[in-house]
Amino acid sequence: MIGKGEAMMANVTMTVNGKKVTATVEPRTLLVQFLREELGLTGTHIGCDTSQCGACVVHLDGRSVKSCTLFALQADGASVTTIEGLANGAELHPMQAAFREHHGLQCGFCTPGMVMSAVDLAKRVKSPSEHQIREWLEGNICRCTGYHNIVKAIKAGAEAMGSAAK
Amino acid sequence: MTNTSGIGAAVRRKEDFRFLVGKGTYTDDINRPGQLYAHILRSPHANAEIKGIDTGLAMKAPKVVAIYTGVDMQVGGLPCGWGVKNKDGSPCIEPPHPVLAATHVRHVGDPVAIVIAESREAARDAAELVAVDYHPLPSVTAADDAVKAGAPRVHDAAPGNLCFDWHIGDKAATEAAFATAAHITKIDIVNNRLVANPMEPRAAIGDFDRGTGDYTLYTTSQNPHVIRLLMGAFVLQLPEHKLRVVAPDVGGGFGTKIFHYAEEAMVTWAAGKLGQPVKWTAERSEAFTSDAQGRDHITHAELALDGSGKFIGLRVSTLANLGAYLSTFAPAVPTFLYATLLAGAYTTPAIYAEVKGVFTNTVPVDAYRGAGRPEACYVVERLVEKAAGEMKIDPADLRRRNYIPKDAYPYATPVALTYDSGDYFTTLDMALKAADYAGFAKRRQEAEKRGKLRGIGLSSYIEACGVAPSAVAGALGARAGLYETAEVRVHPTGSITLFTGTHSHGQGHETTFAQLVSDRLSVPIEMIEVVHGDTAKIPFGMGTYGSRSLPVGGSAVVKALDKIVNKGKKIAAHLLEAAEADIEFKDGAFTVAGTDKAVPFGAVAFSAYVPHNYPIEEVEPGLDETAFYDPKNFTYPAGAYVAEVEIDRETGTVRVANFTCADDFGRIVNPMIVAGQVHGGLAQGIGQALLENAVYDRVSGQLLTGSFMDYCMPRADNLPSFAVATNTTLCTHNPLGVKGCGEAGAIGAPAAIMNAVVNALAPLGVSDLTMPATSEKVWRAIHEHAQPKAAL
Repeated sequence: MIGKGEAMMANVTMTVNGKKVTATVEPRTLLVQFLREELGLTGTHIGCDTSQCGACVVHLDGRSVKSCTLFALQADGASVTTIEGLANGAELHPMQAAFREHHGLQCGFCTPGMVMSAVDLAKRVKSPSEHQIREWLEGNICRCTGYHNIVKAIKAGAEAMGSAAK
Repeated sequence: MTNTSGIGAAVRRKEDFRFLVGKGTYTDDINRPGQLYAHILRSPHANAEIKGIDTGLAMKAPKVVAIYTGVDMQVGGLPCGWGVKNKDGSPCIEPPHPVLAATHVRHVGDPVAIVIAESREAARDAAELVAVDYHPLPSVTAADDAVKAGAPRVHDAAPGNLCFDWHIGDKAATEAAFATAAHITKIDIVNNRLVANPMEPRAAIGDFDRGTGDYTLYTTSQNPHVIRLLMGAFVLQLPEHKLRVVAPDVGGGFGTKIFHYAEEAMVTWAAGKLGQPVKWTAERSEAFTSDAQGRDHITHAELALDGSGKFIGLRVSTLANLGAYLSTFAPAVPTFLYATLLAGAYTTPAIYAEVKGVFTNTVPVDAYRGAGRPEACYVVERLVEKAAGEMKIDPADLRRRNYIPKDAYPYATPVALTYDSGDYFTTLDMALKAADYAGFAKRRQEAEKRGKLRGIGLSSYIEACGVAPSAVAGALGARAGLYETAEVRVHPTGSITLFTGTHSHGQGHETTFAQLVSDRLSVPIEMIEVVHGDTAKIPFGMGTYGSRSLPVGGSAVVKALDKIVNKGKKIAAHLLEAAEADIEFKDGAFTVAGTDKAVPFGAVAFSAYVPHNYPIEEVEPGLDETAFYDPKNFTYPAGAYVAEVEIDRETGTVRVANFTCADDFGRIVNPMIVAGQVHGGLAQGIGQALLENAVYDRVSGQLLTGSFMDYCMPRADNLPSFAVATNTTLCTHNPLGVKGCGEAGAIGAPAAIMNAVVNALAPLGVSDLTMPATSEKVWRAIHEHAQPKAAL
């Protein structure tokens, strides 16, 4: 609804990809809007308006969340990692590298959410089975790949993350 | 020396890095200085007169800059790019398609006003304050309802809601064949309406430079040049040299981003009015009510067979729902892209099809992955499988009896196409072997022990793609040429930029097309950049759809490369002091035949730009060539798919146990990318068969499946891993021998799945089921057949 004149504003502070950021936002600002429009981190995408598609998945204090389903204010004081914060410069994170190696992306739109979601799975389950991966991806929709290569990529990426951690 | 980035290599994609690190640039990622935001107010009614629109209160809302209605925006209507003719030769009816509806809305989602403000939220808030005085009218959403006497009329100009009454084939010959038939198989088919749903919702930014008078439109399009042509020439009357259209990274298209949409014209026009950029981004719910949808056919078909199981005649009658307005290519889809494929892979000598295109109060229907060909394949392959069951012939065997013989190419079908090459026998055998078709009975028995109903189904699809020979398309009603362009720009130090008129929105052209260049010139792929999607950079182009990019766009690349090599030979001849006729180009070097005198490609490129020692009298400096390629025929990819499903008797849930493919795409440039295209097509085809359905309320005209909560997109756990393989017969009429692979999965999969579902339920007496075979529908079928009819 319309407020009278300027909308009420609120301050928010969080750490995004290791950098502390502070901003004044409308309270209704979603975390995904904050990332995309306030911080210019456009790697996080919006693919739906019902929290189904998962294109907006980021990590909030290390756990995958749909950033369209949180207000920016709910992330106040938290640490957020987006797709832009995953690689080490030109060196891809093992999960990103696995997506490339196994052709786990086509148009690239769902990819940031898929990768962020997959990294969380791999942290929770050392060596996920195909069944576990497919169940885990219930909240991430891809229209291009038929998931076949995404599943392969996540399996390989999880293995690579496991090896890297040893 | 093998070129590891040439034709045939599974090169990892050049475009992936930017997508993987979040650095893709999709339209909504672009922001222009001083940008305003548009919210589009849409009709909540399926059919209503607009008595008035009051924007007074909304204009006073915070941050609102402008509000325009159809009365304010006096521009041309959205054009249709393909007209078809009725049986009597008269043209189809093309009612006006206003950018903003001023007096009448015809579907839920029809735009009525554009609200422009300094923020997205302000525009959306203000839109709620726009008061539209609607006078709702009865509506009609189903094609079979729309043709009934007394049905609400969508357009005054279209009596009976009929856009066209079209036909193809020889009616008399077909009737004669049926008169001699030993067996006739009949089927009624509903080809369910689908929503393409690329993951990136549509978006558009209009920009205007007051200093130069230049307009720029950034848009989520599969074909920016086509948008420039349609919007510039028909809607806004802007000449091409003052209008640039950029389609940057696009997050999937599947056909629905081919068309010129009202929002593109709105933001471009508004940017000119306001002198500020205007951005619009669809929400998913908006996409459901404004992106052109797909399929939606109601068909009755009959197949006549002789005593030996030879197909002797096919007659088909289809009602095609076109929605409320004609989208850009709408009339072509259920006619020339559909009925011309009804011969399938078979020698059926007599075919007659009639198609009525019908207006309804629904979102317009146009091309969606496969576009007409999935509908044709579904008709033919369901009929064949049903006939096999009725005649007690193995479905694979019945297909073999009717396949076009290997030595019969070029093969002219009775429905206008001439197939150039193929080998359906080998492809089928490959698929059957990989699927262990012979071992199915055992698997079914094993499933029965677990209380599951197991079924197997085949589909032997063929499609026509590589759209299209311009003269043929023109004769069939296309209002555009369908060639493609390429420009190969060799830079002074030997790196290369390739400009293509096709557009990649997931297909991996930046890699595949670079492979073509690398293969020919032996330049490392890292030295080759592929540019697409910008009318300011690319000479021209018709874009990407109809699996045309490689057969048509790739052929243009080959032509441009030929010119580069030919010019290079002239330069090399001068440098090597030899005759041009003696120069050969191989492995990246120009050589005097039979000698070891050679000059590398890079040195020739350098010489072209630093022409100190140069045949300047005969050859212009520079090494930059453009080619246009107009295909000689369509290409005809074909394949055999085997689906195996298992049905839970208690819940009716269908699980896809195995899905096996053998496809013939001609020469394969990048097998990794090709397999990925097949996987994606299969998911959409399986989605159509089991999950997806756009459902309109027949009374209110509301789209009941207007979000991802109601419209069932395939998830990872709905699908199996796929077994894909390729068989190769080369296309005979393009220089690469390629056929195109983008739509195959979506074309072939639905029939295979439904044949398998019906096969699983056949022991209960089920002979047909409509898509999608949801658990509810399957459960009902099981229970209706599980007990005697009298008990129901």
